Amino acid sequence: MKIIACIKQVPDTTEVKVDPRTHTLIRDGVPSILNPYDHYAVEECVRIKGEIGEGSVTVITMGPPQARSALMRCLALGADDAVLISDKAFAGSDTWATAYTLSLAIRKLGSFDMVFCGQQAIDGDTAQVGPELAQQLGIPQATYVEKIEIDNKHKLTIHKQTEDGYHILEAKAPVMLALLPPTSFQPEHPPMSSILKAKKKPFKVWDAKTLGGDESKFGLEGSFTQVIKTYTPPPRGECEIIEEDAKEAAKKLGEILLKHEALIKR
Amino acid sequence: MSIEIILDKCTGCGLCVKACPFAAIKIKNKKAEIEANCTLCGSCVEVCKLDAIILERPKPSDKDLSEYKDVWIFVELREQEIKKVSFELASKAREIADTLGERVEAVILGEKVKHLCDDIAAYGADVIYIAENENLSEYNTSNYAGILTGLILKYKPNIVLFPATHLGRDLAPRVAATLEVGLTADCTGLSIKDGLLLQSRPAFGGNIMADIISPSARPQMATTRPNVMKIQKPDFTRKAEIVSISVDIDPKAMRIITKEIIKTTKSGTKSLDEADIIISGGRGMGSAEKFKILEDLAETINGVVGASRAAVDAGWRPRSDQVGQSGKTVSPKLYIACGISGKIQHQVGMKSSDTIIAINTDPEAPIFDIADCGIVGDLFEVVPILNDELKKNLSKD
Ligand SMILES: Cc1cc2nc3c(=O)[nH]c(=O)nc-3n(C[C@H](O)[C@H](O)[C@H](O)COP(=O)(O)OP(=O)(O)OC[C@H]3O[C@@H](n4cnc5c(N)ncnc54)[C@H](O)[C@@H]3O)c2cc1C
Ligand SMILES: Nc1ncnc2c1ncn2[C@@H]1O[C@H](COP(=O)(O)O)[C@@H](O)[C@H]1O
Repeated sequence: MKIIACIKQVPDTTEVKVDPRTHTLIRDGVPSILNPYDHYAVEECVRIKGEIGEGSVTVITMGPPQARSALMRCLALGADDAVLISDKAFAGSDTWATAYTLSLAIRKLGSFDMVFCGQQAIDGDTAQVGPELAQQLGIPQATYVEKIEIDNKHKLTIHKQTEDGYHILEAKAPVMLALLPPTSFQPEHPPMSSILKAKKKPFKVWDAKTLGGDESKFGLEGSFTQVIKTYTPPPRGECEIIEEDAKEAAKKLGEILLKHEALIKR
Repeated sequence: MSIEIILDKCTGCGLCVKACPFAAIKIKNKKAEIEANCTLCGSCVEVCKLDAIILERPKPSDKDLSEYKDVWIFVELREQEIKKVSFELASKAREIADTLGERVEAVILGEKVKHLCDDIAAYGADVIYIAENENLSEYNTSNYAGILTGLILKYKPNIVLFPATHLGRDLAPRVAATLEVGLTADCTGLSIKDGLLLQSRPAFGGNIMADIISPSARPQMATTRPNVMKIQKPDFTRKAEIVSISVDIDPKAMRIITKEIIKTTKSGTKSLDEADIIISGGRGMGSAEKFKILEDLAETINGVVGASRAAVDAGWRPRSDQVGQSGKTVSPKLYIACGISGKIQHQVGMKSSDTIIAINTDPEAPIFDIADCGIVGDLFEVVPILNDELKKNLSKD
């Protein structure tokens, strides 16, 4: 079973603050982390490989040279080898160009059984790269995947979250799965011994030339969407705090709510 | 048409015949043959194990973009009824189409759904493409994507809007990737600027907004966050032209099969992302049983109960109740957060609510930064009194 996990290094958006005066993002000092969704996906790949008892987990990312550290983290989590796809030509990729570039790399790696992605990356929350990649690889997909069971004949049973509960799907490899971590998931640091082991694992760096493909489809040039402006959302008005004891406050809030259009139009 | 069967490679195995949603492939003399009703959707290319089908689509950008006209919406259904978000899309599409002087066209896929056409017409659709088939009653990525891609290639819309729901976020990128066009996720604002679709969306955990255009390819595609776009008044005298699409789906060709459907929400109840009023509880609720006071309040004011991830983690609420980055995005008219600190991951999912009310014992809780009105106090004291107060007054009229 050959498993590929696509991962991304992202700024820790929980640490992003907005300058209250200029209303711009303060990016200084914001740490880069492995996208928590991808962290979980890699752990699942390693678990599945262990369960089957054979195969390999290859982690890949398209990103700047610094993204190496996110790949190293994945190797420490138990992945077998890593590929960093890095070139100035890839700068400014939108989800389509990212998926295109990743699809070239995956094809270059040879045959595969499963491609794992995170459901979304916390920097953009687009959730598009996984399905766009699956389409470009010509394989089926399942998104919002909460749980995977696999039997030795490579038949997969998948729990897919829906808005009303979940669906149980049945699939055969090859397939792309976009994973949603369980609510109890907390990304944890791997132990020192694993970090040291990771340093000895195979690590490739590929640039645009190595990948081949249609260069006009890379990076900004290959992107169909263009960001023309960014701005901070208009701040919400001040919060009105009802300064009474609980009973009075509750009554006052009641009065306010009774005038609210959502209650009037009920 | 630039689809070709490589006869040397084709063994006439028939996989492509099964995969074609438009019944446009026949096997003749042990070779596949593509018929004239092919839409170039690409479903066959995907399933061919021998790479015997070559499909070359002219890139839309190489062609005259002005060929692409009209604003399309994908109509999402829930239990064979139109979801509220679909009316939101129709209303928004109407506004955009009027600005451009184009038509609104809707796509409905399902089983026995023709009766829904009048409703969609009332909210603004001029043309409705409808495909009915028993295999379309439940969503399946390849079937839906194949049909939609085929329709878009044939009719060439200028803009296609999807809901940013679980379904829309699974389907839209699949279609966009096939068509080689841009797709903007989770838009909270859509308008026309210099003839192009201006798409506004939050990023970085909602800390910034980005304005995005897709100038070089058609259609311009976006998914749109539920509960953000205003629904316009329906006009039931409006009639739409209905175009029936005949599709042919072989369930045996589906590569992913839905074995079982499990619902954790009550049938017939409003789903969280469609509710006008949401009352959410967090870790401060303390137990599953204590959510009862929120349910009572919800009943009084016709709201739906939601939860923070901490409350879901604790097993007090089902996961389908979770609001936030890894849960649902909601933007009701009224959001009441009880015992929720309002960490950024929670905020992402509810920040665009019209009015936010917070009840929390901790005056420093970040939820107060985004609330319009708040009580620093114990929710177990406040909520029951609030409920009594509202009940008293609402039963009067
Ligand atoms: C990748 C990732 C994704 C995440 N996705 C989500 C998500 O989708 N949704 C989500 O909600 N979180 C999400 N989180 C978790 C998030 O960071 C917070 O941990 C979570 O939202 C906290 O929930 P809470 O506010 O209920 O709990 P807490 O932060 O523990 O807050 C409880 C609050 O209750 C108040 N309180 C206690 N008792 C009372 C009382 N009697 N009366 C009034 N107030 C009281 C306390 O003052 C406190 O402010 C995510 C985290 C990560 C890392
Ligand atoms: N640059 C990238 N390199 C590798 N994988 C990526 C990249 N961007 C996104 N992904 C994968 O696609 C998923 C969804 O990302 P997004 O569409 O950006 O929300 C992520 O969780 C990753 O698994």
